[in-house]
Amino acid sequence: MTAVLDEPGAAPARRDRRWSAPPRPVWEEKPTPAGAAGKGLVLVLACLAILFPLWIVVVTSLSSRGTIDEAGGLVMVPRDITFVAYEELLSGGQVTRAAVISVLVTLVGTLFSMTVSVLCAYGLSRSGSLGHRWFLLMLLATMFFSAGLIPTYLLVQTLGLTDSYLALILPSAVSVFNILVLRGFFMGISQELIDSARIDGAGDFRILWQIVMPLSRAVLAVITLFYAVGYWSAWFNASLYLNDQDMMPLQNVMIQLVQKQEAPVGLGQAIKTGELSGLAVQMAVMVMALLPVAVLSPFVQKHFRKGMLTGAVKG
Amino acid sequence: MSHSTVPRSRPEADTTAKTPVPSADATGGGKRRAKGERSIGVRFRRDRVLILMTLPALALVLLFNYVPILGNVVAFQEYDPYISENGVVSIVNSPFVGLENFERIFADSAFWNAVRNTLVLFFLQLVLFFPIPVLLALLINSVVRPRVRAVAQAVLYLPHFFSWVLVIAVFQQLFGGAGIFSQLLREHGYDGLDVMTDPNTFAFLITAQSVWKDAGWGIIVFLAALSSVSPDLYEAAAMDGANRWRRMWHVTLPALRPVIALLLVLRVGDALTVGFEQILLQRDAVGPGASEVLDTFVWWNGVRNQDFGYAAAAGLVKGVVSLGLVLAANKVAHLMGEQGVYKK
Repeated sequence: MTAVLDEPGAAPARRDRRWSAPPRPVWEEKPTPAGAAGKGLVLVLACLAILFPLWIVVVTSLSSRGTIDEAGGLVMVPRDITFVAYEELLSGGQVTRAAVISVLVTLVGTLFSMTVSVLCAYGLSRSGSLGHRWFLLMLLATMFFSAGLIPTYLLVQTLGLTDSYLALILPSAVSVFNILVLRGFFMGISQELIDSARIDGAGDFRILWQIVMPLSRAVLAVITLFYAVGYWSAWFNASLYLNDQDMMPLQNVMIQLVQKQEAPVGLGQAIKTGELSGLAVQMAVMVMALLPVAVLSPFVQKHFRKGMLTGAVKG
Repeated sequence: MSHSTVPRSRPEADTTAKTPVPSADATGGGKRRAKGERSIGVRFRRDRVLILMTLPALALVLLFNYVPILGNVVAFQEYDPYISENGVVSIVNSPFVGLENFERIFADSAFWNAVRNTLVLFFLQLVLFFPIPVLLALLINSVVRPRVRAVAQAVLYLPHFFSWVLVIAVFQQLFGGAGIFSQLLREHGYDGLDVMTDPNTFAFLITAQSVWKDAGWGIIVFLAALSSVSPDLYEAAAMDGANRWRRMWHVTLPALRPVIALLLVLRVGDALTVGFEQILLQRDAVGPGASEVLDTFVWWNGVRNQDFGYAAAAGLVKGVVSLGLVLAANKVAHLMGEQGVYKK
């Protein structure tokens, strides 16, 4: 009521409901102005602490050499926007190759992980099936121990996966946690629905593909994001199992360029002669690493709680 | 499809299922049970497709989670990686040395330094990190405008999806020797400072990075718990004269208690694992004195120094102590009347 009275000119029906507060229950006291301001301030500060560093990185990556020199380093206020750093990085060479490798490993790995995980989660979701409790126990037990870095390293070496992209995918392909979240969701699907499909002659693969998966879009989106981010962000296995520098994915190249401040192969000359700012190149690499994640994750966000609620909280 | 006519659901079959399948409850399970268990052969014929579906994932888990356990025998060996490319051949041909590796570890001051650093980081994160998601969740939960809430959540969740490489690079741009902070200090006539290479403040730096990356994501579990609190409870409390703080204390916090307990149990059980990738990336910049933790100790001795037996022994010590911690933490949770990770 108060919200409408505050703005007599605005027709109530035309107000955007999503921005305005829902009606306050009668028993709830009005927030004090100080309380509301304090809450807003904390929230804004928390968001700024996350967004401000990203702003600097993006703006610097888009700045010319002159602007960067003038600012004495990182740029906070954009002056002249130029994409020269991106053009240089994406015109072939080390960073282009690393980005392509990262995209391919992420796509192939995510597809593989999702296939294996969804099949396993469905296979374990029909209660009463033969052996499913033993299989489940075998998965759950892995959450209590880890075999250790050295034995895993020796295993990957023995399997002959060293210097192969399989070493970036297979050892981390299955996440028990993700399987359990998927399984929790699949178990919530009504048994009558599945039984009636079975009576109509559908096999388990068909039931999974045509009934269970379409009903589980939310959790499938969340788990796909989890796997994809895992592959995109991974660098340790590449540093451990790949020896050839030309095979390295984007994250490992970022370690060299940004952390160790090396010039990207092939661009060193352009930076030395002053055409290109080394700092802008570094920031551009960082933007390339964060952009896919920053663009995709908000779309999946609305499913997080639905997906997490069923499986994660209750383990 | 003959096997498809045999019903799978038995009410007593799956106690781990949190959401009982409705039809399983509806059909009287007692009668079917009186007929006795079906033979394994019939059940296998009926469920073979389901078993087939689970196999690829189970095979991967078996290969990469269980098989390497056997590799821990190198902890009792003077393992020579140069015997063969094949680890099994090397293990078979390496001499056993009994507990020598463990004796060396317990006499190694670098190991105890790693233990100390690990525990310092664990406690620091427990005190400085753990409460923040709870407070943030209470704050977000009190925001009633849906759009404001969604935007705030989107921003707060974002860094969780960044890689550690990126997070550390971002911190370098803020607090490194050439970072924005030093830049501002120098512009105003002060000396710049480089937090990224300072061993004295390293533990706080690690904690700050963890908070920046994951504190926002941490609220998700608490928000889920908060959304399941019935509004009737708040109304009843308000009718009885409880103001907003009393309602938070007597309604909201009890609702969060099981989740907080569960997360504490998980954290304590995982106490010896403190951000391996995050610390490894900064080990060179800060030096091992301040940054070596148990996981990086294993990495340094095994992968870098090729002293596999020694590193595996250190990893085994960590693994066994961790397993003990997980089980103990669960025990404590059960004693406190909470559910813990697994049921009693």
